[in-house]
Amino acid sequence: MTMMKKLLTSAVASALMVGGAQAEISGDTVKIGYLADMSGTYRDLAGPNGLKAMEMAIADFGGKVKGAEIEVVSADDRNSPDVASSTVRRWVENEGVDMVGGLVASSVTIAATKILEENDKLGLVSGSAASSITNEHCTPNHIHYVYDTYALSIGTPTAIVQEGGKTWYILTADYAFGHAMEADVTRVVEANGGEIVGSIRHPFPTPDFSSFILQAQASGADVIALANAGADTTNAITTAAEFGVTQAGQTIAGLVVFLSDVHALGTEVAQGLQLTTGWYWDMNDETRAWADRFLEATGARPTMVHAGIYSSTMQYLKAVEATGSDDAQTVRKQMMETPINDMFAKNGRIREDGRMVHDMYLAQVKTPEESTGEWDLYDIVRTIPAEEAYRPLSESKCKLVNN
Amino acid sequence: MSMIFGVPLAVLWGQLLIGIINGAFYALLSLGLAVIFGLLKIINFAHGAMYMLGAMCTVLLFDYLGINYWVALFLAPVLVGLVGVVIEYFLLRRIAGQDHIYSLLLTFGVALMLQGVLTNFFGVSGLRYSMPDTFQGGMNLGFMFLPYYRAWVIVVALLVCFGTWFMIEKTKLGSYLRAGTEDAQLMQGFGINVPLLVSLTYGFGVMLAAFAGVLAAPIYSVTPVMGSHILIVVFAVVVIGGMGSIGGAIITGVLMGVVEGLTKTFYPPASSAVIFLVMVVVLLIRPTGLFGKEA
Repeated sequence: MTMMKKLLTSAVASALMVGGAQAEISGDTVKIGYLADMSGTYRDLAGPNGLKAMEMAIADFGGKVKGAEIEVVSADDRNSPDVASSTVRRWVENEGVDMVGGLVASSVTIAATKILEENDKLGLVSGSAASSITNEHCTPNHIHYVYDTYALSIGTPTAIVQEGGKTWYILTADYAFGHAMEADVTRVVEANGGEIVGSIRHPFPTPDFSSFILQAQASGADVIALANAGADTTNAITTAAEFGVTQAGQTIAGLVVFLSDVHALGTEVAQGLQLTTGWYWDMNDETRAWADRFLEATGARPTMVHAGIYSSTMQYLKAVEATGSDDAQTVRKQMMETPINDMFAKNGRIREDGRMVHDMYLAQVKTPEESTGEWDLYDIVRTIPAEEAYRPLSESKCKLVNN
Repeated sequence: MSMIFGVPLAVLWGQLLIGIINGAFYALLSLGLAVIFGLLKIINFAHGAMYMLGAMCTVLLFDYLGINYWVALFLAPVLVGLVGVVIEYFLLRRIAGQDHIYSLLLTFGVALMLQGVLTNFFGVSGLRYSMPDTFQGGMNLGFMFLPYYRAWVIVVALLVCFGTWFMIEKTKLGSYLRAGTEDAQLMQGFGINVPLLVSLTYGFGVMLAAFAGVLAAPIYSVTPVMGSHILIVVFAVVVIGGMGSIGGAIITGVLMGVVEGLTKTFYPPASSAVIFLVMVVVLLIRPTGLFGKEA
């Protein structure tokens, strides 16, 4: 009987505490959901290895935060916003998930963050590209961590125009992301004094690019830009190499290129390709040390998304520890107040629109002679300072920014 | 430079040639489907997966055993053909004589399983396969740069297509095949091992797909999902040509490659839909397909 009484009292007490103060960890567990494409086009840039990165962060943190267990659940979003919505809804409404990480396809992220906003839970977006995620689609419930289309369009096109690539031909994946990328590139190229001489909108996905490459070749443009991603980009680059595009003096500009893509292409085909990245494993001792551990755990070198998942999970857990709470707003506020200094970013900071701004890098793919190993792929040519890389808040359409 | 509808003639020639190259792939793949459907009445939804296996096999043979392209050109189709025979013997045989939908669902299931398992091992970014040294480079035709490899694809694919058509329509073995599917019992009575013939026919259809896969390995990214993209298009080609018509599949394959190539020049966004548009029109006018026999 006394046992029963004790239980009841503590239950009532804890209920009161949860209702009263937010400085509590709900259910005595910090539950994290990992949502990503685990089997489709975007599998290799995040996917199962992203889950590994998240688990590495939790293990490095000690497996517990303020005495509360840290638990991870994961699901395959199949690149479908519908699957994402229903999974996230189940997680936050029925299964007590506090934070959702991963989040790759932009459409998936936009759907998932809506549910997170309704339920006041937190989302840490590491894989998505669309800059609209912290612009028209911003919410007080998510943070966009690694990169976005705005940052990518600043990096590569500016550099190429300044090197003398004045006329551009764009191959665009015919859907929202491709159109956004094309618009961003056009803006940057024209601002730097370049000119767009033509573009083609190709179906998504396109297995054979020979026809489009031929047309781009015939245009005589200095630069052929690829406003597409994943298999479309690698297919286009392979075909361009086969048709002797670079030998004939035209430059290929990949706009969304991940380490996993370059690894698949190999240096023979991808050499000389310029790209913008948020992180590269072989930049300094800190990145190398982490990448070595990642290689041991997964058999592959990490992409910028994998590193971002590790870093953002770590930042989240630190914020939970500092505030003693897993309430979304408390944690987000704490994360915004804490500069990010780890192997992923130096002096990174999270703005009120949820954009994590940090230095980006312009990289060039090594030649087979320069490359000393399977994963020795990039030369970092230039650092793009955080202020230059991301959309200034003064241009923001985000509802959280007073403009 | 002379222009046709605002497109320079030179570009148009280039697109026609590219269309024929892609058409050669469609022809090889739809030929395999037509053989399997025409002779066995099996709707082989695993055809894309077999194409993928052919390409994967080529890459893996090289990576693990150092076997070069020329050997793989024969070895990979044989290995994948054996996989086909196993599928026929252990699975398809059990549903022989049932409605078409059973073979469709069964082969679709097999395709999904193969795709899923291989994705687990190899990811989806694509495996690397270098162009054989013989085919490095290309020739300048004046209106376009033609990589040597693409020229080789046209020649060898069309030769294999013609050879297959000849074997089935004009030789004794072909007549056994056709007779065996018309009246299996009678052929058994003549002392011909019909079940073996069926296994071999399925295996042969699969070999054609795998052969296309080997041809694709140096120019397309080799991934476990590469077959699923092309499968639906190839089915449309077979339907346009007339289900089961061997010659129809070849001619339609090349034709559709050209139609698609031209669409990519004049209105690129429609290029992935144009084949299906043709399919709808053909089915409305000739429900049995361009080369199908009237029912």
